[in-house]
Amino acid sequence: MSAHLGNGESIALGDLPVLSVAALRDEVIGGVARGRRLAAYFGAGRRGDALRVVAVVAGDDDGELLACAADVSGSYDALTPDCPQAHWFERELAEQWGVEPRGHPWLKPIRRIPDAFFRVDGEEVHEVAVGPVHAGVIEPGHFRFQCHGEEVLHLEIALGYQHRGVERALVGGPDRRTLAYMETLAGDTTIGHALAHALVREALGGGGAPPRALAIAGIALELERLANHIGDLGALAGDVGFLPTAAYCGRIRGDVLNATAQLCGNRFGRGLVRPYGLDHDVDDALREDLQRRLAAARQDFAVADRLLWDSPSVMARFEGTGLLSLDVCDEIGLVGPAARACGAERDVRQNHPHGIYRFVHIPICTWPTGDVFGRAHVRSIEVQRSFAFIQELLDSLPGGPVALERPAPPAADRLAVALVEGWRGEICHVALTGADGRFARYKVVDPSFHNWFGLALAMRGQQISDFPLCNKSFNLSYCGHDL
Amino acid sequence: MIKTTLARLQQKHRTTRYPDGPPPSLPDRYRGRPVIAAGACPEGCRQCADECPTGAITLEGSVGLDLGKCLFCARCEAVCPAQAIRFGRDHQLAASRREDLVLGPEGARLAVELSDRLRRLLGRSLKLRVVSAGGCNACEADTNVLSTVGWDLGRFGIQFVASPRHADGLLITGPVTAAMRPALRKTWEAVPEPKIVIAVGACAISGGPFLGHAEQHDGAASTVPVDLHIPGCPPHPLTILDGLLRLLGRIPEPEAGG
Repeated sequence: MSAHLGNGESIALGDLPVLSVAALRDEVIGGVARGRRLAAYFGAGRRGDALRVVAVVAGDDDGELLACAADVSGSYDALTPDCPQAHWFERELAEQWGVEPRGHPWLKPIRRIPDAFFRVDGEEVHEVAVGPVHAGVIEPGHFRFQCHGEEVLHLEIALGYQHRGVERALVGGPDRRTLAYMETLAGDTTIGHALAHALVREALGGGGAPPRALAIAGIALELERLANHIGDLGALAGDVGFLPTAAYCGRIRGDVLNATAQLCGNRFGRGLVRPYGLDHDVDDALREDLQRRLAAARQDFAVADRLLWDSPSVMARFEGTGLLSLDVCDEIGLVGPAARACGAERDVRQNHPHGIYRFVHIPICTWPTGDVFGRAHVRSIEVQRSFAFIQELLDSLPGGPVALERPAPPAADRLAVALVEGWRGEICHVALTGADGRFARYKVVDPSFHNWFGLALAMRGQQISDFPLCNKSFNLSYCGHDL
Repeated sequence: MIKTTLARLQQKHRTTRYPDGPPPSLPDRYRGRPVIAAGACPEGCRQCADECPTGAITLEGSVGLDLGKCLFCARCEAVCPAQAIRFGRDHQLAASRREDLVLGPEGARLAVELSDRLRRLLGRSLKLRVVSAGGCNACEADTNVLSTVGWDLGRFGIQFVASPRHADGLLITGPVTAAMRPALRKTWEAVPEPKIVIAVGACAISGGPFLGHAEQHDGAASTVPVDLHIPGCPPHPLTILDGLLRLLGRIPEPEAGG
């Protein structure tokens, strides 16, 4: 049996059920078979020879999070053959802690460059290697394609070039660097990760941020979604050579980043979200300034967006490219717009609402096609909904302070879980504190952790020349994955 | 065709006229170059240094603030009882030499332009290869934004290119992770001489938030020689542009600090 908790809640470590490995397998495999998802699965630390593993399973229908643990030593029967969602987690577990998930079909490190890549042999099969240094202004990663002519038979993605040792450094915190780590876990998701961290801290210490802070944090999170979605739509247009929308969206994205900077002085939202509140408030002048900026950006975006969808040459390149079925999406546990573009109703804001999303509803947008078109379309609708959400919230900000005067320190010996719907999808932070109230383990699961394998599968049977387009339609984080 | 034309008219001409006209406006809460007040510190006070996430502040006689390590979080300003550190609005931060990034009460020494020979070669056409070596995608994004229509970096003859063989230099972001060090070194070796190196952001200058981590190398200078340092976390695009133009001697006279 697992412990039940809600998003942004904590339990005493003594209440975390420590099961046999077989019972943990049943909990996870059974839960996922009934439509739940594996949100986190990680090693929490050694006890003698044994490794304590913790699993967090998310129920999107009932908003529940189920946590359980087990002690494994040496090797154990892998979850992956019965629960493919676990495959990346188990590879990480083996890499970080040296335990062996027996029967894992593809046990390789995820943050170390592999000695050998999967190879397809055949007379006319050839291999294409790309990276780690790419052609654009972009983070490093290595892609290894097995091709037959133009057709991609298999893509292997090797990451780890961005590994900065953040999870290791978070142990012993919170300290003066903790917030800086949160804001740079994935720099384009500064608000999302800072918010997840704030939820974890508040769950551990009790209490929470005041209502006005929740509303402004929601505005900041949607601004982050706007900037990135608009940027992605522009980049998708650029990748099929449709320059008008590419040029306009590139600039409009900047207008949204500038709106975020009006909030807190930094275009990526650094220095805004803190545990128990915000470092900056919104006065009447700023509220009007933001409304004016957003109204202009919304209008400019509507024109650039319409132009994109009205261009048959663009649609011809988007439709049917980089297909993923809903079955595959569920099997590998895809999150975010990539999952919603396969028809999955998966959105933390709806399924596990926290903060302002408990009070103000933002509708989920899904599309059934699972291709580049779907992923672009979902973004386009989400941009419109985020604009509307922010503009509505700005007009109805609750009164009161934006921060508590005395934030509580984390309590000792607890486990806290927080989910936030970042612009790429579900961000999951899990913290375990020790007897001293310090982080004994801080686990970060960026949405990219779930989705990189989705990109690899979406490339199967595609032309290699469509890789940039498919890649951009996922736009995953390298550093968020590598940590 | 008619739709495209109408959209084009609606979007208007949006490229900044800077540096011929005024620079784009900075956000009201922008945190630019800090100003340090001489002799303001209370006896024995160390609050700023204790609060700083990266240890950017030294207190030997007077306050020294290393912009190469500074994340511009302004915690120091918030905790200082004497307003000895105040974040100003000056976006001009780039320096040629690493030691010039350490700010005291006397103000800053800004970047100097390239030697005459390099400026003759690169002053009107500078092609840069960007290498992210552990960057969090913020410095990358605000470097990339210079290529959008709002900034139009191309009008200065500066362009980001796809191959080091086509480049006159590297623009590096990130603290240089262990895994990226060989790739960075190889990319640098592949750039033909003479070449320059620009480090953008606290990570590339000092390791930033990751300073001291065993998994990285505390910045680009660990691996390649650096000619221009552009501080920030991330630097505002205007700060990056200022650094690039300063290097090429395209900004006439450094304005007085403040």
